[in-house]
Amino acid sequence: MVAMEPMVPPTGEMKERLQDAAKRLEPMMEQVSEFIVRTRDVRKVYQMGKVEVEALRGVTLDIKRGEYISIMGPSGSGKSTLFNMIGGLDKPTSGSVYINEVDLAQLDAYELAWLRCRTIGYIFQTFNLIPVMTALENVTLPMIFAGVPEDERQDRGMELLKRVGLAERWNHKPTELSGGQQQRVAIARALANDPAIILADEPTGNLDLKTGREIIQLLKELNEEKGVTIISATHDLKMLDVSDRVIWIRDGRIAKIEEREKIRLEAALAVEEELVEGAE
Amino acid sequence: MTRRSNATVFGLSREEIRRQIQLPWSEAFRISWRYVTIRLGRSLVTASTVFLSVAFLMAIFTMVLAAKAAGQELDAPTRARYLWSVLMGFLICSVGIINALLMSVTERFREIGTMKCLGALDEFIVRMFLIEAALMGLFGSIAGALAGALIMLLWSGFRVGFGVVGKLAWGFRSADGSLGFLGCLLVSIMAGTILSVVSAIIPALRAARLQAADALRTEI
Repeated sequence: MVAMEPMVPPTGEMKERLQDAAKRLEPMMEQVSEFIVRTRDVRKVYQMGKVEVEALRGVTLDIKRGEYISIMGPSGSGKSTLFNMIGGLDKPTSGSVYINEVDLAQLDAYELAWLRCRTIGYIFQTFNLIPVMTALENVTLPMIFAGVPEDERQDRGMELLKRVGLAERWNHKPTELSGGQQQRVAIARALANDPAIILADEPTGNLDLKTGREIIQLLKELNEEKGVTIISATHDLKMLDVSDRVIWIRDGRIAKIEEREKIRLEAALAVEEELVEGAE
Repeated sequence: MTRRSNATVFGLSREEIRRQIQLPWSEAFRISWRYVTIRLGRSLVTASTVFLSVAFLMAIFTMVLAAKAAGQELDAPTRARYLWSVLMGFLICSVGIINALLMSVTERFREIGTMKCLGALDEFIVRMFLIEAALMGLFGSIAGALAGALIMLLWSGFRVGFGVVGKLAWGFRSADGSLGFLGCLLVSIMAGTILSVVSAIIPALRAARLQAADALRTEI
């Protein structure tokens, strides 16, 4: 126990340790920026035999920390390509993608793996759970890669399963779970290492209406509780309701970006118009 | 574009980032064990190729030992011919393993891509595949060695009389310094396991080259 003493400027060893700590925190300070994902004029060209296909023609985006973003667009619009760029799953032909102000193109294999393990959580249309592992093991797999010890893994894993409502099914394999349950395990897995971003590729694509709504609701709750940024590439119009902003992609370019209030307002005005026309 | 080596990323130095991504061998073993035991049918295809080759090898060993015990030592050219057959058998077995494991990699493209999305390094994937191959090779070899020895012992017994079996050099080494029965058993099992692991290198490297984006692919 240290006796209470009047405040004295630190000297000697203490001073050195404080200076070291300050030096270590400095670079972290630069990273707490408002924008968690930024893209700058991202272009992607695919070579299909002799033909060149321009999947993305210069996309520039800023996504704020804690936002719930939906990227919407028809098939072939470049939606999935953009999703891959943001998630570090593919490299742009030109332009840059920054996560936490770090240019993804400059990362080596280790740093990319670290990013995927701790900063980003992925959710897929096909759930992509490992079939030979139980729900709990699936959820704790990213924790293994992050070096979390076994006891802590079990505890955190069970907590996450409890949060998504699947605590009693911790021992079940994916084949013993319904689609909606599998997706919830996948969401728990995406949250394993407390990431800053969740990337969801058509999360409700393989689910029925009711289950899809539950999943969207769960994602919105997590977005509000934990402040995790959610970026979803989707067809599902049910997502419009919960998104802070909707980015419409068409032909490899951003067609428009809508804010939620504006979407709500326009939807309400459209309904109103219909009612008015009906009455006339 | 490269960064200066003392630059930090996400607030950590390069060394720290490297240290924070890991797959302990015990965990890799646990995952591989799951794959082998749960996808048993698939595992048996690989294991049975090893089983057959090792059974063949052990049968030859046992025959040589039995011949020695019966006083009818095999001459060098005969032994050389048998050795040649065994080597051919192992080669065919190797091709079979490579084929079976490449198929397995193709089937599992989505899982491998997903693991990369969760933060797995290429070497983790290789590690998992090699451990799986080692397990299948080990089990196939043990079963094969025992089966091959048993069959040859029975056959020699019926042919030359079971008294021969009693005079066999059972230990690790026989009287004249060459391998005894247990020694042959050990060598066969090791040979089969090593063969399995070496054959798995090509499929494992193929698996490691899959990209994280493959988790999103809809066809193979």
